[in-house]
Amino acid sequence: MAEAAAHHESPIPYMVQPHPVTGIPNGKFGIWLFLASEVMLFGALFSSYVLIRTGAPHWPPEGGLTSEIVNVPLGTLNTAVLITSSITMVLSWASCKMGSLPRFKLWMAATIGLASVFLVIKYFEYKHKFDLGHFPSHDNFYAIYFTLTGLHGLHIIGGIIVNTFLLTAGSKMWTTDPEHFTNRVENAGLYWHFVDLVWIFLFPSLYLL
Amino acid sequence: MSETTTHNGHDHAHAGHHELPFWRKYIFSVDHKVIGIQYAVTALFFLLFGFTLMMIMRWQLAYPGQPLPVIGKILGETAMPGGVMAPEFYNQLGAMHGTIMVFLGVVPLAVGGFGNFVVPLQIGAPDMAFPRLNMASYWVFLPGCVLMISSFFFPGGAAQSGWTSYPPLSDIASVGQTVWCFSMVLIITSSLLGSINFIVTIVQLRAKGLSYWRLPFFVHAQLVTAFLLLLAFPPLEAATVMQIMDRVAGTSFFLPSGLVVSGEQLKVAGGGSPLLWQHLFWFLAHPEVYVLILPAMGIVAEVIANNTRKPLWGYRLLVYSVVFLGFMSFVVWAHHMFMTGMGTTMSTFFQTTTMIISIPSVIILTCFIMSLYGGNIRFTTPMLFATAFLPMFAIGGLTGLPLGLTASDIYLHDTFYVIGHFHYVVAPGTLFALFAGVYYWFPKATGKQMNATLGKIHFWTSFVCINFVFMPMFFQGMAGLSRRLYDPTVYAHGRGVQALNVVISLGAWGLGLSQIPFIVNFFMSLKRGARVAENPWNATTLEWAAPSPPGHGNFLTEPVVYREPYEYSVPGHANDYSPQFVEGS
Amino acid sequence: MDEKVYGWWLPPDISTHGAKIDQLISVLHWFMLLLFVGWGIFFVWCLVKYRAREGHKAIYAPVHAIATKYIEGAVVVVEIFLLFGLSTPVWLAYKNTPPDEKNAAHVRIVGEQFAWNFQYPGKDGKFGKTNESLIGSDNPLGLDPDDPAGKDDIVTVNQLHFPVHKPVYVEVSSKDVIHSFNIPVLRVKQDTIPGQQIPVWFEATQAGHFELACAQLCGLGHYRMRADVLVDTPEDYAKWEAENAPPPQEAPAAAAPDTTPAPEKK
Repeated sequence: MAEAAAHHESPIPYMVQPHPVTGIPNGKFGIWLFLASEVMLFGALFSSYVLIRTGAPHWPPEGGLTSEIVNVPLGTLNTAVLITSSITMVLSWASCKMGSLPRFKLWMAATIGLASVFLVIKYFEYKHKFDLGHFPSHDNFYAIYFTLTGLHGLHIIGGIIVNTFLLTAGSKMWTTDPEHFTNRVENAGLYWHFVDLVWIFLFPSLYLL
Repeated sequence: MSETTTHNGHDHAHAGHHELPFWRKYIFSVDHKVIGIQYAVTALFFLLFGFTLMMIMRWQLAYPGQPLPVIGKILGETAMPGGVMAPEFYNQLGAMHGTIMVFLGVVPLAVGGFGNFVVPLQIGAPDMAFPRLNMASYWVFLPGCVLMISSFFFPGGAAQSGWTSYPPLSDIASVGQTVWCFSMVLIITSSLLGSINFIVTIVQLRAKGLSYWRLPFFVHAQLVTAFLLLLAFPPLEAATVMQIMDRVAGTSFFLPSGLVVSGEQLKVAGGGSPLLWQHLFWFLAHPEVYVLILPAMGIVAEVIANNTRKPLWGYRLLVYSVVFLGFMSFVVWAHHMFMTGMGTTMSTFFQTTTMIISIPSVIILTCFIMSLYGGNIRFTTPMLFATAFLPMFAIGGLTGLPLGLTASDIYLHDTFYVIGHFHYVVAPGTLFALFAGVYYWFPKATGKQMNATLGKIHFWTSFVCINFVFMPMFFQGMAGLSRRLYDPTVYAHGRGVQALNVVISLGAWGLGLSQIPFIVNFFMSLKRGARVAENPWNATTLEWAAPSPPGHGNFLTEPVVYREPYEYSVPGHANDYSPQFVEGS
Repeated sequence: MDEKVYGWWLPPDISTHGAKIDQLISVLHWFMLLLFVGWGIFFVWCLVKYRAREGHKAIYAPVHAIATKYIEGAVVVVEIFLLFGLSTPVWLAYKNTPPDEKNAAHVRIVGEQFAWNFQYPGKDGKFGKTNESLIGSDNPLGLDPDDPAGKDDIVTVNQLHFPVHKPVYVEVSSKDVIHSFNIPVLRVKQDTIPGQQIPVWFEATQAGHFELACAQLCGLGHYRMRADVLVDTPEDYAKWEAENAPPPQEAPAAAAPDTTPAPEKK
């Protein structure tokens, strides 16, 4: 989206400056609300997982242990990758705050890179399961595993798209309105930390328990 | 206001001179008023469409097994072999009527239409907080609608498992159900985008002097509604994703082991829970009831205050009540599931919360009636609809009692009594309030007044007919007639109340005809209605400070609010109204 | 069969527990009517008295309405009474007191698209095992032929028999989708959830021929998913049971599985 144009088109207050009462600008408020709805989305899926799992005579349904079905080392690696990407995301925002666009670009590129690494690792995990003929229809463990990680994966892809925009075309705003741009990076960061947080819940509940 | 934004406002004034191309101004517009009108017109169309589906169904119910003249032929041999409705088609009409009326009609009109158009004006904002998001919300919604309607043309037809889409039935239904799921995902996404926008707009963009206790009641109602949408819709989205997985990827979220469908064992892994869907669905769909009714109450409040020429009685009580309703609506959902075999502890909990939630509704109704007391009531067209809302909503609310109490629900659950109950809330309740809103804000949106005579014809004919439609349903329900029956005369107790089905159908078709004056009025007034100034109703709230219709950016000068929203008939004043935006005592 | 004429209100109640439900429904409707009429009179009076007219002005100051507080308070009290005085006790008394299993007639009910299957335990009082993989056109419930308990079981389709004046304990289930077991005259309703056996109980107070209706949308044939409910006198019931008991010549075969290897099970 041509964000710069939007900014000039509308006389909407508190686009950049914080509202005196709430203390945050519109965008950040919107992101928090969005994350609240995301909590409900993943919350509903987690509740469904708990309900189906407690109703099953054995978990995973095909027998054995969860940790024997999933690849715990790869999952652990992915957890580390995502946590690192959250750190680089914070650094890219901090670079904006300190006024350095090149450093921002460096850290942002690192974030996108790490997110891509996560997806590649995830691809190998999926491929291994598909090779064994374990599709979502195999049993409810796989149904939940693929639905939750798949939806999380879509969130990762969404984050990559937003971050890539901020890294490329979106960064033009740095010259016209650096404060607004920094806010955007912060908002993208909030979203990214949320996606990271979802994984922190997913990893133990799907891989370890 | 910050330096930057003032600067931008200045820029905008210049930009305003450049005419935007047609498609930017009316189609992919970011202006909340255009988007609001887009939503409203789309929703009105779908309300008519959804109602037409029901009028076709009513033929089969009144005259089971008899060929429907003319229309039966047009609908084709698959749907209506020999002009007689097929049971599959009946179920498709039923499911789509519910879905369309709720998700494509009432919510888009109440929230997308009135919310978008009125809220920024009433809070004195130049636009919504995120205009592009607002546009995106409409343009996600519309493809969802088109997809939903297109499902009639898929093999096997549209979704036919009811608007509630209970699995396993919906899991094993024809492909139309998958289309239903995908279009629901789009519509839900659109609502989520919209609700974020509403909350940020109402919290951040209120005009100077417009504190929370000076907000019109309509804005409070929309704020609570937005929170309900924001938090209740995602669980349904999750449920819909799981249903898509069940249908497309062959998973068993909602399918238990050992299902045998038409003598064949279903080849799925099993181990899922059909009731899981019901919990997730009703977790949304009960707050959804309040999503329908709260904006309607908001409109009624505006219209009543304006036409009684006195402040709303118990304004703060009203606000506390809607906030309380909002919270409580998240803990009553399982009262739709008393007959699923839940334990007595759970059912006692849910019937208790259900009784608790009825109390704020009683308070709201009392406040509205007390607002009439001591007024100087002008019976304008919007006021007629708003007045009728009160007894209609009262019937709808009262008949909820026997359904919310478990013991009487044993008998009344899933009968026509339920249909009568929620239609009284939604049709002569919510829809009448929405009509009131259309008549009330039409001059603001178009700068033209709607014809009062046609409006009164529309009101009285609709009011009489709609009671002929829904009142007999209570008697049918009392007789024990189940809902969603293609042919009620299969049962002896159905044959006992079959005569009422004819009455209902005649009422429904009469109600259909009653909408003609409205449609004529709508388009005629658009072209030839009397021109009006900013404030044709002598109202007090901020939207009447803007020109009719308001231009881009809404207000000519930045509005400032000096007083409470409904200062009518203040003693010692020449006028019987003291607008919020006019300075001086 | 003689056609019963049903009216526009509750059909006759033939159950022991239904009277309380009917009483609640009736109390509720009187309360609703009272509230609506009282409130409607005030509403119409307001509309007439305070209509806009020449020389009439609205009153700005809010009225101090004590009456509304009392009415709202009264509504709350009545609701509490309805909830804890009527509905909950009736519901708990019904749901928490299953009949003594030994004295009750037992029936297993399995819904399917679009028919009702009934399994009666027969003389031994025990239901034969069922297995969904055995379901076929001649074995709608998938009764296991190797289970001796199932030898004397009676299976009927769309015809439910039970004796009058005797508690009936049924377990409802479904083969495919959710149905709802609903006999209006008995004031019973229970959704049948596939994968679950849900107990329901009732006792009829008069014999006769009634109807069972499916109350939950279950597909295109939902409307015709009805069954005849035949409440028999004890003599009639015994006669029907005897007439419909499976032929006894299969009895020797029951001993066979003990000696011969069991047929392969899926």
